[in-house]
Amino acid sequence: MGEVIVAEDLEKRFGDFVAVNRVSFSVREGEVFGFLGPNGAGKTTTMRMIQCVSPKTSGRLEVFGMDVDTYPAEIKYLIGVVPQETNLDPDFSVQENLMVYSRYFDIPPRTALETIGSLLDFVQLSERRDTSIEKLSGGMKRRLILARALINNPRLLILDEPTVGLDPQARHLIWDRLRALRSRGNTIVLTTHYMEEAAQLCDRIVIMDQGRILELGRPQDLVQKHVGVDIVEADNKPEVLACLGRMGAQFEVAGERVQVFTEQPREVTAALLQECSPIEVVARPAGLEDVFLKLTGRRLKE
Amino acid sequence: MSWLQYLRPPRLTRRTLKVWQRNRNVFVKTFRVNFLPPLLEPLLYLLSLGYGLGVFVTQINGVSYPRFIAPALLAISIMNAGFFETTYASYVRMYFQKTFDAIIATPLSIEEVITGEILWGATRSLINASIMLPVLIAFGVVDLPISFIVLPFAFLAGFLFASIGMCFTALTPNIDTLNLPTFLFVTPMFLFSGTFFPLSILPGAIQVFANVVLPLTHVVKITRMITLSQVTPEILVSLAWIVIVAAVLFVLAVNLMKRRLIV
Repeated sequence: MGEVIVAEDLEKRFGDFVAVNRVSFSVREGEVFGFLGPNGAGKTTTMRMIQCVSPKTSGRLEVFGMDVDTYPAEIKYLIGVVPQETNLDPDFSVQENLMVYSRYFDIPPRTALETIGSLLDFVQLSERRDTSIEKLSGGMKRRLILARALINNPRLLILDEPTVGLDPQARHLIWDRLRALRSRGNTIVLTTHYMEEAAQLCDRIVIMDQGRILELGRPQDLVQKHVGVDIVEADNKPEVLACLGRMGAQFEVAGERVQVFTEQPREVTAALLQECSPIEVVARPAGLEDVFLKLTGRRLKE
Repeated sequence: MSWLQYLRPPRLTRRTLKVWQRNRNVFVKTFRVNFLPPLLEPLLYLLSLGYGLGVFVTQINGVSYPRFIAPALLAISIMNAGFFETTYASYVRMYFQKTFDAIIATPLSIEEVITGEILWGATRSLINASIMLPVLIAFGVVDLPISFIVLPFAFLAGFLFASIGMCFTALTPNIDTLNLPTFLFVTPMFLFSGTFFPLSILPGAIQVFANVVLPLTHVVKITRMITLSQVTPEILVSLAWIVIVAAVLFVLAVNLMKRRLIV
């Protein structure tokens, strides 16, 4: 399998501020690759460099083996972009938006019309063909942007927070469409701060914070590596902490809760209830969110 | 960044025209609204100034007042069409509609987007002149067939004003501050570029200022030479002024916009 994106010591500075701090990663053909990170981690900046709209400060960045500084137009012919911000053209209807966009890729009008028909089916907007953009709901706009990103039948699809602000139905529809695209062999790169989104969709993820890559790997491997299999949570009270100490358990304090990472959740729960008399105990499987919070910390990222 | 970098010629491909086509599509969609102003404007000015004020002015340098201001009305309309297209209209597309962001995610570059916008501004000037000219012909205040030369010239002059407008758009902090170049630059030009009275009656220093700094002065000179069939070699000086300034400001506008949008 070939490599679609190769980044080596990729750096982006805005004046003194280092937005992306010498990161290295590569995206393989046909995989869904996710960038996780809190706000300001450098995810969007990295996406914008891959899309050839923001020049890198230093390092190497190649898309389809082409340098982003030298071949921006050639690269952009091969990629589709779903931006974070909804930037559909309010001067046009649904179909006109796609027609005008297809022209930017030199797609002949007749071919474009056929493609648009099947794309509108794909994102379930066929009935809205002639609707003006203002009359679409948030979910419809995101779906139309997805259709727009596919107009040139891209080999690489880049999505920046594809489901931000959507209700669960709309979000699941987008996820479903992305899975369909992956099964067709499209390479997909996305950013998100929804852990569920990353866990559901991504073959591999990187976790970014403050411009650096903290971890790279398959979601389940990262969970296994950093937090184990299960988590038992109890109230963060001095009695409970003291009791856990007596039991010799490994625990972490997280705000009002104390968390025990374990492979024997039943035993730990039973022991806690018997020995420590907490008000509340919850046992649950560990998830990506636990990895994320462990690696990036719990304080607010503003 | 040294100032020389702002004079780097943009790299363009045929894709530039797709931005022009996008704006043309929007224009055609809203054609009825766009058609009225250039049709009504000369009518109102000709009636109030030409035939109202004209009763007292009668003649300027042996030319009736309506015939004197007719080419100025053309020039003003050319200026307004180009300038306002690349100031307020481009700013709305750039900032509020994020149209430029959407386009540069495709094979087009920001240089091509800005050039397409300026070419469209020039086209708006050409469209305005084409709608106005028949009105002026109907009033019998422009000479024929020579006045048709105004049309290709309208595109060139429109390109100049569109480039000027785009420079302001690249520099303005927000849409409200775009009022400043309108009131401090466009309105004075409208009044003091030999439009409604000859430049020669102004103090010498102001005449020099108008000739060196105000683009509309040269545009009015040329449209007037054409519609009155009084072309003199001086037309070459004004033409050269327009071509050189348009070329420099076009390149400047593209680079200033690059600085604003590429981060």
